[in-house]
Amino acid sequence: MGTRLLLCNPFFKMRKYLIFFGKYRRAVLLAPALVIIDVFCEIVQPEMMSKIVDNGVMNKNLSYILQTGGIMVGLSLIAIVANVGNIYYSSHASVGFAAELRKAMFIKIQEFSFSNLDRFTSSSLVTRLTNDVNIVQEVIMMSLRLLIRAPLMLLFAVIIAIRINSSLATIIAVAIPVLSVCIYMILRRGLPFFEQVQKRLDKVNAVIQENLVNVRVVKSFVREDFEKKKFGRSNDELREMAVKASSMVVLIMPVMQLVMNISIVAIVWFGGNKIISGEFQVGQLMSFVTYITQILMSLMMLSMVIMTFSRAEASSERILEVLDAKIDVVDSPEAAEQDLTVRQGKVVFENVFFKYFPDSTEYVLKDISFAVSPGEIVAVIGATGSAKSTLVELIPRLYDVTRGRILVDDVDVRDYTLQHLRAGISLVLQQNDLFSGTIRENLKWGNMRATDEEIVAAAKDAQAHDFIMSFPLQYETVLGQSGVNISGGQKQRLCIARAILRKPAILIMDDSTSAVDMSTEAKIRSSFSQHLRQTTIIIIAQRISSIQSAKKIILLDNGAIIGTGTHDELIAGNAVYKEIYYSQELKDAPAA
Amino acid sequence: MSEPTKIKLTPAGLPGRRTGVSVEKPKDSIRVIFRLWKYLSRQKTLLLVILLLLLVNTGATLTGSYLLRPIINKYIIPHNLPGLVRMIFLLSGVYITGSAAFIWQNRLMILVAQKTVGIIRADLFSKLQTLPVKFFDSNSHGDLMSRFTNDIDNVGDSLNTSVLQLFTSTITLVGIFVLMLYISPLLTLVTLFVVPLMLWVAGQIIKKSKNFFKTQQAALGTMNGYVEEMITGQKVVKVFGYEESATAQFELLNNDLRDKATQAQLYSGAMMPVIQNLNTINFALTATLGGLLAISRGLDLGGLAAFLQYSRQFGRPVNEISSQYNSIQSALAGAERIFQIMDELPEPADSAGAVALTHVKGDVRFDSVTFGYDAGKAVLKNISLHAEAGQKIAFVGSTGAGKTTIMNLLPRFYDIQSGTISIDGIDIEKIQRSSLRQSLAIVLQDTHLFTATVMENIRYGLLEATDDDVIAAAVLSGADSFIKRLPNGYQTVLENDGGNLSQGQRQLLNIARATVARPSILILDEATSSIDTRTEQIIQRGIDQLMAGRTSFVIAHRLSTVRNADEIIVLEHGAIIERGNHSALLEQKGRYYELYTGQFD
Repeated sequence: MGTRLLLCNPFFKMRKYLIFFGKYRRAVLLAPALVIIDVFCEIVQPEMMSKIVDNGVMNKNLSYILQTGGIMVGLSLIAIVANVGNIYYSSHASVGFAAELRKAMFIKIQEFSFSNLDRFTSSSLVTRLTNDVNIVQEVIMMSLRLLIRAPLMLLFAVIIAIRINSSLATIIAVAIPVLSVCIYMILRRGLPFFEQVQKRLDKVNAVIQENLVNVRVVKSFVREDFEKKKFGRSNDELREMAVKASSMVVLIMPVMQLVMNISIVAIVWFGGNKIISGEFQVGQLMSFVTYITQILMSLMMLSMVIMTFSRAEASSERILEVLDAKIDVVDSPEAAEQDLTVRQGKVVFENVFFKYFPDSTEYVLKDISFAVSPGEIVAVIGATGSAKSTLVELIPRLYDVTRGRILVDDVDVRDYTLQHLRAGISLVLQQNDLFSGTIRENLKWGNMRATDEEIVAAAKDAQAHDFIMSFPLQYETVLGQSGVNISGGQKQRLCIARAILRKPAILIMDDSTSAVDMSTEAKIRSSFSQHLRQTTIIIIAQRISSIQSAKKIILLDNGAIIGTGTHDELIAGNAVYKEIYYSQELKDAPAA
Repeated sequence: MSEPTKIKLTPAGLPGRRTGVSVEKPKDSIRVIFRLWKYLSRQKTLLLVILLLLLVNTGATLTGSYLLRPIINKYIIPHNLPGLVRMIFLLSGVYITGSAAFIWQNRLMILVAQKTVGIIRADLFSKLQTLPVKFFDSNSHGDLMSRFTNDIDNVGDSLNTSVLQLFTSTITLVGIFVLMLYISPLLTLVTLFVVPLMLWVAGQIIKKSKNFFKTQQAALGTMNGYVEEMITGQKVVKVFGYEESATAQFELLNNDLRDKATQAQLYSGAMMPVIQNLNTINFALTATLGGLLAISRGLDLGGLAAFLQYSRQFGRPVNEISSQYNSIQSALAGAERIFQIMDELPEPADSAGAVALTHVKGDVRFDSVTFGYDAGKAVLKNISLHAEAGQKIAFVGSTGAGKTTIMNLLPRFYDIQSGTISIDGIDIEKIQRSSLRQSLAIVLQDTHLFTATVMENIRYGLLEATDDDVIAAAVLSGADSFIKRLPNGYQTVLENDGGNLSQGQRQLLNIARATVARPSILILDEATSSIDTRTEQIIQRGIDQLMAGRTSFVIAHRLSTVRNADEIIVLEHGAIIERGNHSALLEQKGRYYELYTGQFD
């Protein structure tokens, strides 16, 4: 933004947006057409007025005056109709455009892979879909009116002025560039200040935000005065810059007024002289004054439109970034043809390498190979940052492997359609979300067609049934903003229930019992071993106690497998595993 | 769920509040204006100057147009060239004076407005510092932020331009009207006929558009809320293959919004152009009738010229008044919300005769403490405990048992309903709050850092600490080694809550911050829970160093960290169900044993 915007063409990206007008093509064309009618009806008024004075009043011709007046009123009525029509079509077009744009973005985001989602934060996606689209909508609305109206007004007014008296029109020829240069200079000096204002505003907001989040820290260290001083400094800095920036921009109106008034003075002087020498008429002088006002006003409008455009440029870029994002995980054409589904739940990793960005030098996962038979329970353990989550997220193709391949039921995961692959796999994410709605609705995410019995069974397996029943509305309890708040552990258990409800061939739990206390966790484990015997289960855990009983434990360190085996095997032969175990258990070891 | 730390479900903040045109009205405009005036009146002199400049400017514009009358009548038509020269100078003088006044009026107003906004912002921030923790726990941060951003912006914008324009437009309207009457009362009748029509139309449009805006806002809010929720939970959407259902639901909301927004846009968009068109009719009628009057009643041509100038200028102030009125309304509503916070009750003042603690030994006693966040719903019931100076007390129990609540009471983030808490035998309600809090340090589970250098972040614990003190604290807590490896060492600037550090590193900084504060009493609330056990061991060494010789209270999920406590207190549903040291509790084979072994019989 800033100075650049005045120099570049802010409209050049419009082409990319044209498709969103599709349904509203008629409105898009009619709106400007109606503007032309409106402008025409408006712009001839002063000239007709001058005729009333020069021909009607001077010749004392009453009927001429009435006739001309009648035409003027008639034209202004037509203008109203055209104008209302323009508003009608431009609101339809701009609002419809925004709706189409939002829809396209939403659908696009639905297609996003995890790596797309990682690149945009969710809050920024929300802003793009809401605020940014609104801003663009406003600009479109404005363009459909002013962007055509203002230049047209200007053009017509200049033509009529030249027709009335070409030598007086020289004044216009001087005034337009003078005003344009003035506005340009003011904006060029002023706009960079606005960027500064934004930066300082961000700083002020950061201090506020930190203080809201850190209220306990501030209070416990008794730093209220310290924070006030800190805030005071950023606040003063902001104020100084805001004054600087605004002081420039508020010059525009007075300067415009000055240029306009000086032009009027010039017209009165030169026009007056011409009247005295007999080559000009009083009515013409009057209309000339009106036209120059009109011309400079249109110029003003135009500069405002351009400013709005530049304001929307940033939004437009953010929108296009979403629409143009390349989606890296998609169905292959063969997958759709073969139409395979996951049945048994066998998982094989074959020399899998993975990195998030093609240009990063180091792999996040290195040469991972292992196999899980149907119905087996496998645990993945390792320090934070050892890429455990990444490993399991490759199975439902939330990311695609960089090298090597992953087989589910002996078929490369890329040969399933995403829908079928993911239908066979339930992943309980570490950062999991529930949605506003009742508990039942939330659980049904797992399976839309689940019966009440199935829902209760899943909730029981996840040890969620009891606390659900303790709520007055039980399964109909509303979660979310308007509803109850539940604890972290309860939330995790609901997420597990939702995942089991899917009856997946493969269930993956990514550290999803961290907030559940050990005793409850043990109960969940035991109900799994009773009711999910057919299901392949992959568990990521922090606590060795959670996974000790697993048939196979995979130990990850820094993206590579450094040990595989049962607990006993690893404890005997793996130094790192032993270290983790000691850190958790041995130090206070009871008889385990 | 009784703990104040609410688990947030996906929708954060208030959907829809921040976007779109607001149509809200202040509940009590007069009171809000009065309070705003109290801020503005600190610059009464400047405001008076601005008002004078505004009168000069408006007067100049009106005079300029009026001068057309004598210029045409007395000089141009009678061909008086020297007179015309004089008038040209006069006219230029009037216009230049007007523009100069205009410039200064705007610049001064910016000064006044920004200063006022700055003071309001600072006042609001200072007010926040005095509010109790409860306030922050029960208000969404998004909502509070929007008072600082949207609401203050609205007030600022209004002060910057709207107020002046409202004044200018009103004075202009009155001025034009008076001058019109003066030039030709008969011709003014046209205006008198058209203007009420304009006002009526404007009123109708505003009324309609207000209703449509309300429905649009509601639709926008619903849609924004849905978008926010789905996108925040997008990974879950993907995992469950919920994309199509989400899109279908979105389309319903989106189409609903489209239909409602079209109506709202139609009406709000129609306002200005239609008023402009009506003004053109006014102009056409005036020109016609003026022409007729010039012939039949001898209306002078100069007068007609001036009159037509005025009638052409009439539309703008009408338009401006109606649009500024809206923005002023929403600014007042914003100001009202700001003042609401300013009216919140601060933390109660220290009781009379409250003492400052010196040389705290750290003997802490809870005596039959009962507490609930909402009156009548006790979260802690009859808790008694005694920590002798230098002892380590641990709290364990399931989520929601009230562990964190106990830790909120000691620094008086919340005040208890019955019982007493004392430090070194002094009731904490009789200790100055600042002194009480300075004597203890808290390390929380959610580590939050400030945008500042590492050095400054640690020094937050004790502002007087020298660089050497800070480094010593970092060494003691085990943070020094990773800090040294940061790009700029201790001078590395942390941004976004230390986003470039790992959870463990941030936690170490937190511990270093507490270390430098040299507190007598230490509170650790799940300080190591989200760290893997190997990293935890490193941190644990730092924590052990910190705890040596200090009374400490530890809440831990992971029982390995509390094993060596002098006393372990097991809480369930807000009551103490077991207490004792590790081996004694294990022998009891009670709840602690269950939690510890993760087994059931």
